Amino acid sequence: MHRVKIVLFTLLGLGAAALVAQQPSVSAPVQQPGANQTTPSVPAQTPGAPPGRVPPPAAYPHRAPADPAVVQRGRQIFSANCSFCHGSDARGGEGGPNLIRSELVMNDNNGELITTVVQNGRPDKGMPKFDLSTEEIASIAAFIHSAPVGGRAATTGTVDPLVGDAKAGEAYFNGAGKCATCHSVSGDLAGIGAKYTDIRALQGTMLSGEPMGQFSAVPWKTVTVTLRNGQTVEGKLYQIDDFIVSLIDADGNYHSYPRQGDYPKVVIKNPLQPHLDMLRTLKDDDIHNLTAYLVTLK
Amino acid sequence: MKKTRTFLLMISLVSLAGIAPAQGLDPASLTKPATDSWPTYSGDYSGRRFSLLTQINQTNVKNLGLAWVSHLTPGMSATGRFSRPGPGNAPTIVGGEIDEAVPVRGGGHISGAVLQVNGILYVTVPDNTWAVDARNGEVLWHYYWKTKGGTHIGNRGVGMYHDWLYFETPDDYLVSLDAKTGKERWHKVISDFNEQYFSTMAPIVIGNHLIVGTGDDLDAPGFLQSFDPETGELQWKFYTEPEKMGDPGSETWPNLDSMRHGGAGPWVPGSYDPQLHLYYFGTANPTPAFSGVTRAGDNLYTSCIVALNVDTGKLAWYYQPSPHDTHDWDAGQTPIIVDGEFNGKPRKLLLDASRNGYFFVLDRVTGEHLLSVPFADSLNWSTGFDKSGHPIGNPEKDASPGGALVSPDSDGIVNWQPPTYDPQTGLFYVATDENYSVFYRTEPNVRALQGLNGIQEQPVGTMGKFITAIDYKTGKIAWRHLQVSAGEGSGNTGLTTTAGKLLFGGDGNGNLVAYDPANGKPLWHTHLGQVSNAVETYMLDGHQYVLAASGDSLYAFALNF
Repeated sequence: MHRVKIVLFTLLGLGAAALVAQQPSVSAPVQQPGANQTTPSVPAQTPGAPPGRVPPPAAYPHRAPADPAVVQRGRQIFSANCSFCHGSDARGGEGGPNLIRSELVMNDNNGELITTVVQNGRPDKGMPKFDLSTEEIASIAAFIHSAPVGGRAATTGTVDPLVGDAKAGEAYFNGAGKCATCHSVSGDLAGIGAKYTDIRALQGTMLSGEPMGQFSAVPWKTVTVTLRNGQTVEGKLYQIDDFIVSLIDADGNYHSYPRQGDYPKVVIKNPLQPHLDMLRTLKDDDIHNLTAYLVTLK
Repeated sequence: MKKTRTFLLMISLVSLAGIAPAQGLDPASLTKPATDSWPTYSGDYSGRRFSLLTQINQTNVKNLGLAWVSHLTPGMSATGRFSRPGPGNAPTIVGGEIDEAVPVRGGGHISGAVLQVNGILYVTVPDNTWAVDARNGEVLWHYYWKTKGGTHIGNRGVGMYHDWLYFETPDDYLVSLDAKTGKERWHKVISDFNEQYFSTMAPIVIGNHLIVGTGDDLDAPGFLQSFDPETGELQWKFYTEPEKMGDPGSETWPNLDSMRHGGAGPWVPGSYDPQLHLYYFGTANPTPAFSGVTRAGDNLYTSCIVALNVDTGKLAWYYQPSPHDTHDWDAGQTPIIVDGEFNGKPRKLLLDASRNGYFFVLDRVTGEHLLSVPFADSLNWSTGFDKSGHPIGNPEKDASPGGALVSPDSDGIVNWQPPTYDPQTGLFYVATDENYSVFYRTEPNVRALQGLNGIQEQPVGTMGKFITAIDYKTGKIAWRHLQVSAGEGSGNTGLTTTAGKLLFGGDGNGNLVAYDPANGKPLWHTHLGQVSNAVETYMLDGHQYVLAASGDSLYAFALNF
């Protein structure tokens, strides 16, 4: 539900836009390291923080990492006594629930709540009692608590978008996809498969037209402004809304004009437009095939 | 004789109290649309955000000018502690259960309702509430809650009952303040912080009920609670998932474990029909959010519009805009209550533009489905509708290792920002963003799925942000106004309409704009920086004010006087 747009978007290279927090939104192009993200949408005052210090994000109750030896001992005791029902990873098994985010476990610190359950069992739910010591249960607790728990907890998998067929991708590139109308595998795309170490960034670049990953850059839109007297001014589009248009010309000069009625006339060229237009119809198979093909262009 | 005199005296005291400029808000007054106040989240219970005021109108809106600005400083203020409280030196009242607050970055922007009652504004950001003089923006008091942490993404405002205010904190307290002084009356825990709940909703006062929601990004079960506004005692608690197998709705889950870890906290205030006594609200998405593998079925009552009896908390009906959601598309958007014609017959309707990009018209007495229609061109995740108008999800658009190109992204076509309905045009207005993302599945081990994890999402473009006007009778788009921008523009905007034939909203480029609700033509604007809440309007001293927020500041506008 509530999430944070961690997409850092560089607004035309002019610096980060401080955005009104859109509730949710994630879209983290990189893996999230833990559960402790907050919303860095608008820089705000931090109560009591000395100036200049970047405070840590607000967090859920944070558990200090336990002694690895204790965690390991807990893992072994858990494995021998608990894993049959609760799974070797404590995330649930034959009859026993997922423990790492059970209400009781999340309110437990060092085994104090878990101990009662383990030593008395839960006969009504079919859990026998276990004759384990407080110290042994504390080590089990340390093991269970060592699992990352959070809505944005890091995952173990990696992205491997190479699921397509390069030959089909090549056919699409030169045929129905009309990629060859603007691009050439011996020209602008030469060696692109070798350039990108992150295939996901290559695929994102292919879709949006906007270089991503290690080559991250947002191309400028360009604009031609025609004034009432017929004079035209061209340049990189800096800002436009219903009331103003501004640009930076070839000499680096900034120009801005009010927009009133039909004047000035404004024509915007977005170099990414063909890519945007393509999003409406592109099929996932074509995306995967094209990506597989581009990767072969070493 | 003596007896009679006492009696007369009592009458005159009572009538005096009636006309004295009290600060209190009688909950009974909330059932009528207010013009001299903004007493609850949407201005009134209908959610339509339509003001009857006409002083500011199409003819004179060009003369709308700044009345005042008020910059608010959250946190432990340096002022108000060492000298006499007074102008520019309002007292800060500090609350909380720990000695030192967890440092917070972000969240210091106003992104909820600002109540205006008897000339005083009540405004919040996470952990902070202010009383502000609506005549000049002067801060009268500031309450600061020392937080234990939690997601500080926003606070949607206070609720008010007589002289008392209520707001939620990210670390899951409901705090009640004395509106006159900002002093705390009590605070109480509304959900378990250790289970990673966090609370943002503006409490809604209905009669002697205080409706309170809470959210969770892990997977703890969602619930809506009603408290006694006087004592803070719990009146009822409605879980947004069935509580045990066998209960109605449990057949839409594979087992108890998945059902009781299905998320779906209500995080946006709802609407209320005083005649039907029903409270309507949206629930959040199911969890794990981006994989349905462990939760086969429709997953009731996640991503649902729910109608509850406000006295009992019992379910009257539900409708699910996104059955078995797998893209974080909650149904948290504000539903709008309209009495209007449908198929030539007068009906009690509920209109809802959902995060998944579909607009729904329902009968709000029964929940009967009347209309489903996409309100964005970019949608590509559904294969059609079932017989009850639910969009059918295309499983090929679930996150996959190779990536699935999906519109909308997990933000949705719309988000929490409120829509508006104008009875003069018969149109429903909502700010839309026609965006695309690629959803990658990154977690092959379904046992490791929790909350919002297990995917990466790559935004790849937007067709644009629009204000979209929908004719609810047909579902047809009456007009769309492109929020042209050099970049992608900023987040969606909340909207408000008035009988002065004006539609107010932000344009995503830092402008506050008054549009013509008939066609979307801009009529007036001013550049504030991103408008971070939805505009409100009310009469004060014979002047109609328009109130907007940007970041940590409030801006009040009026015709030159």
